[in-house]
Amino acid sequence: MDKWTGQIEAYVDGELSAAEMRDMDAHLRTCPACTADALKQVQFKRAIQSAGRRYTPRADFRQKVRQSISARPRRSAVWIWLPATAVLLLLVAGVVTSHIKDQRLALQNTYSELADLHVTALASPNPVDVVSSDRHTVKPWFEGKIPFAFNLPELQNPEITLVGGRIAYLGQAPGAELIYRIRKHQISVFIFQERALGHLRQSDSAMQRQQETFNFLSWSQNGLSYFVMGDMSGGDLSKMADLFRNTG
Amino acid sequence: MPLFDQLYNFACWLTQDRTEAEDLVQETYAKALRGFSSFQSGTNFRAWIYRILRNTFLTSRTGLKASAMVSLDAEDADELPAGPETPETVFISNSEQQMVQEALEALPVHFREILLLSETEEMSYQEISETLSIPIGTVMSRLSRARKALRKTLQQKLVKV
Repeated sequence: MDKWTGQIEAYVDGELSAAEMRDMDAHLRTCPACTADALKQVQFKRAIQSAGRRYTPRADFRQKVRQSISARPRRSAVWIWLPATAVLLLLVAGVVTSHIKDQRLALQNTYSELADLHVTALASPNPVDVVSSDRHTVKPWFEGKIPFAFNLPELQNPEITLVGGRIAYLGQAPGAELIYRIRKHQISVFIFQERALGHLRQSDSAMQRQQETFNFLSWSQNGLSYFVMGDMSGGDLSKMADLFRNTG
Repeated sequence: MPLFDQLYNFACWLTQDRTEAEDLVQETYAKALRGFSSFQSGTNFRAWIYRILRNTFLTSRTGLKASAMVSLDAEDADELPAGPETPETVFISNSEQQMVQEALEALPVHFREILLLSETEEMSYQEISETLSIPIGTVMSRLSRARKALRKTLQQKLVKV
């Protein structure tokens, strides 16, 4: 094993010093074998990362632990807990702040990826793989093609029509893209498994944002992440989102 | 609650049982609150709370059994001959994700935990060293051996497929 081979693992783990990192970068530009090895190791790391995100706690268990923690100070001397809680809060605030920064970046990336998918659908002469305005046709089409099931809302508003659906990938996770039309506007609704999104996962709370190009609304429900995107007003987007919220 | 989802996921991987994992997480939070005075401000909070969870697991019945099952030579997974199909080339779909999960389950607990801390929790060598209470040199060598062991398990699975 030469010097470089021995360092690749620490390199892909991001654990080399800045100088070693620069040397390795320079070496990789000239050595296809080490580059291939580094790439394989990165893929392997990613595979373990995504396989490792497997278990999600039940909502009632979360509630139970939360209650047991909040009940605790009342049973013992509150004055002992106050300073500890204050320090804990400060720490948590630190963790949360850095977490929020990461999430903001992740959300921005998610938005860009979804905007690309939405534009592809807008530009394509065949934007959908299953063409139907009937939700009872579109929903079963996804069975066996994606690793989860979802419900489609019944459309009572004549202004909204279902155009069809297709498989979409976000951060290598398969999901559903449903295309609707509201008046002349096209809207994409993306559904992915929350746990499959991993680092792309947005916060639990619903989120709405307006970008230069599209309006974007996202929320999580029953283990699934929903993203609604289109060029119409936020009100129309919310209408669409509510339909799914009430169905999902 | 800080790190709740991550701790639960890690607990499930350690115990391989959701009910036990729930008990473990609950006990971890209780101990963290009780022992908060032992946490030194300025040190790594994440490593501290993971360490509590792991130590609680190791003293549980399942944990004692799991650590007793580690054979002395488990640390030394053999080098593999390079084949045309390596485990890395086939990680694309969900069925393969399941294969990785099964391979992780089959690993001895000290390999499984270090892979999860490094890859899934994205901890640095330093954080892993604090969590597992082992020197950084041991983190590097154990991580490397754990990866080899996982590759070996996957390769065996690929041969069977």
